[in-house]
Amino acid sequence: MNRQIVKLFGLFVVLFAVLVGFTSYWAVFDAKALKEKDANKRPLLEQQQIRRGRIVADDGTVIARSVPKGHGASLRYVRRYPEGSLFGHPIGYSFVRQGDSEFEQFHNDELVGNESEFGSILDELRGREQEGDDVVTNLDPAAQAAALEDLREAGFGAVVAIEPSTGRVRAMASNPPYDPNRIPYDLTELNENELETPLVNRATQGQYPPGSTFKVVTAAAGLESGTITPETAFAAPSPLEVEGTPLENDFNTSYPPISLDYALTNSVNTWFGQLGQKVGQDRLFETMEKFGFNSRPPIDLPEDQVYESGVYSEEQLLNRNDPVDLARVAIGQERLSVTPLQMAMVAAAVANGGKLMKPQIWSRVVDPDGRVVKKMDPSQYSQPVSEETAAELTTAMEGVVSEGTGTNAAIEGVPVAGKTGTAETPYNESCGGGTEENQAWFMGFAPAGEPKIAIVATVECTTQFGNDVAAPIFRDVAETILNGG
Amino acid sequence: MSARNRELTALVPVALLLTAGFTAVFAQENARLDNLSLLFGAYFLVACLATHVYLRIRLPKADPYLFPLVALLTAFGLVMVYRIDPTLARDQANWFVLGLVLFVLTIHFLRDYDVLERYRYTIAVVGLLLLLAPRLPGIGQQVNGAYLGVKIGPLAFQPAEFSKICLVVFLASYLREHREVLIVGARRVLGVTLPPLKHFGPMLVVWGASMFMLVFIRDLGSSLMFFAAFLALLYVATGRLSFVVIGMAMFLLGAWFFASTIPHVHERVDVWLNPYAHPQKSGYQILQSIFAQADGGLFGKGFAQALIVVPGTHDALLPAAQTDTIYALIVNELGLFGACGVILVYLLIAARGFKIALLAADGFSKLLATGLTAVFAIQAFVIIGGVTRVIPLTGVTLPFISYGGSSVVANFVLLALLLLISDRARRESEGL
Repeated sequence: MNRQIVKLFGLFVVLFAVLVGFTSYWAVFDAKALKEKDANKRPLLEQQQIRRGRIVADDGTVIARSVPKGHGASLRYVRRYPEGSLFGHPIGYSFVRQGDSEFEQFHNDELVGNESEFGSILDELRGREQEGDDVVTNLDPAAQAAALEDLREAGFGAVVAIEPSTGRVRAMASNPPYDPNRIPYDLTELNENELETPLVNRATQGQYPPGSTFKVVTAAAGLESGTITPETAFAAPSPLEVEGTPLENDFNTSYPPISLDYALTNSVNTWFGQLGQKVGQDRLFETMEKFGFNSRPPIDLPEDQVYESGVYSEEQLLNRNDPVDLARVAIGQERLSVTPLQMAMVAAAVANGGKLMKPQIWSRVVDPDGRVVKKMDPSQYSQPVSEETAAELTTAMEGVVSEGTGTNAAIEGVPVAGKTGTAETPYNESCGGGTEENQAWFMGFAPAGEPKIAIVATVECTTQFGNDVAAPIFRDVAETILNGG
Repeated sequence: MSARNRELTALVPVALLLTAGFTAVFAQENARLDNLSLLFGAYFLVACLATHVYLRIRLPKADPYLFPLVALLTAFGLVMVYRIDPTLARDQANWFVLGLVLFVLTIHFLRDYDVLERYRYTIAVVGLLLLLAPRLPGIGQQVNGAYLGVKIGPLAFQPAEFSKICLVVFLASYLREHREVLIVGARRVLGVTLPPLKHFGPMLVVWGASMFMLVFIRDLGSSLMFFAAFLALLYVATGRLSFVVIGMAMFLLGAWFFASTIPHVHERVDVWLNPYAHPQKSGYQILQSIFAQADGGLFGKGFAQALIVVPGTHDALLPAAQTDTIYALIVNELGLFGACGVILVYLLIAARGFKIALLAADGFSKLLATGLTAVFAIQAFVIIGGVTRVIPLTGVTLPFISYGGSSVVANFVLLALLLLISDRARRESEGL
């Protein structure tokens, strides 16, 4: 029997080795995937026992902080948002049961002070408890408040303000807002509100037709490709037959040969339609892509909460080889769908001499002892246009505000460059299905000679035009930022 | 060094480990050092030393490592259970003492353990009655759909823990007597070696008992444990792998049949195969157990650092942490390395147990030692395997570590029998 006993022991060695194998799999090899499972609330619950770092505005205003509840083993921290709905977007929320979103989600590792396993063992040996770092943002509370207040009066929509030379995001507002403090109680209700979708950050997830603001991109492609110079002039008849459908200018006005400045100032559709066709799809799409279209904007927000801009067909992005109505793309119609953030990137790139900086909400990470652990380094995303082209676009956009379609954006004593947009959105279900509704835009920067801020404001489902409803928002936010800085 | 001196030397570090463990838990919970841990360590050492002295007198030649290894598991279990709930740990400590008392009583009255052979059918019947008890009206208790417990007045226990010893004693005795006929009388039918039917009748009873447990007790874990122990013994007694294969086929066939007809068993298997189907309901325990392990990593979070309930509520984050899923908690707090240490201790106990079986001179001793060791090791495998999703998760205890009086006491009786066999085997081999 001894032989069998030895063999039986051998079997147990194998069985126990299997146990070690499975334990290793769960505890080490598959651990990362398991921690990301939806059913696994453990990481969140553990984070709840760590004092999560604060989120602070540029001027020191506390946007989010954690307050302790309970004692001993039941000690936990609960998130508070002292500014209420002001920073609901883009900061988001972080609660154990409801999960997290937006900035809170993206910067989670810094906010909970996550380190490598080795680092945390060292901390444990030194008897240090894990503590979260504070994250300081670039957001300007005054500008954010101005943007949100104006939007509340104007209608649903969004405002994005970016510092052109650095990519620092100074304001990002989305109307309707929500109060993150209410998330533990109202999440289901907020989620189910499909009419108003208050949890959607319209600045990064709103997909709107850009209308005439897109003419800046078309103009950039025309100048950059050498198709036109600022002096090139051609006639812009109205109506103009394009792809079997007539394209009209406002009031059906026909223009004799005109050049870029005049065409942009008066937002002449058939001029830009023809320009788009002259430039060609390849070069137009190339310029678009350099501005950031067709890819996710490189902002510090979770990927699934930042949408791509471009020409969509059944939720698929089209590229330069797909058939499109080029003349209508060139004037921001067709199936073009953009986020306010994308248009702000266009404005910022033009304002910054053609260099597009990566838009970033965070500015620096500060540890509990007050030391700066990490700092945001402004970095260039691309150079969509040359400095020369940018200067020529700026001149044309100044004309829009000084004597063209965007006069309501003018600021006393400060030169402003900009472009209006009014895309008709009839029969849009989210607007109630009426025929008079527009997507109104204003995109611009100031001061035109030495830009400090690039801003996009857009209002959905409005019966007004870009100059009436969006340009004044631009002006208010720009003034707030220029006066504050 | 003599066997008993080695035992004594090994017990001291175990007591120190217990002291260190409690110190760590106190330090974590109260953020201070508490000399209560020294007191606990001293109590523990005294209890172990008293038992050691008794062993020194009664079983001087018995295996010197088994008792310290078991003491190590118990010490570890006490710290873990204390860390979950101090009141439970007090019960557990009492049961530990009660276990030691039964350990001593077993050794005292069963010095000549051959008497067990004489009463083997009585013991078998007692074992079966114990299994039946949880279904008896008035005293039976249902826990999570399985009938595992018995409650008579204030006394509650899990009869399966004791029943497993009865079963092993019966099988060892029966197989000792019939192993020859089982081997010689075997026939080859269609290329498969079959045992003779006449002598195999009682073996079928064991199969029947395992199936019975599945059907009426709905205890998949104990059923698996019993039947695996039976197959292990059958293999050692006859050396015929084909018997084991046939037995396994019969068990799987029966299990498959009942799994498809009995909802409780069916659900356990379903949850094992697809835990994410109902992550908040039936899959909750196994998923949380695995999530807890994922949180442990290589080195674990440290004693008393893991979350067992959702903070601020009484909702279990790791259900049955003190019993079924205690291994997951160990992985969480002590990491892969700590868990491997625990598995290694069980393997060492198995190694010592099988060593005793190898040394034993007579067939009954050999088979009894093999059976007791096997059933102990299988129990550890069934619950650790359940928690790590190697097999379906079932409600058996992790021997000597899990909270539970029946488990602690029964396993001390098991240990006493092993040491009795060991003492005799070593005396005989030394010609004393």
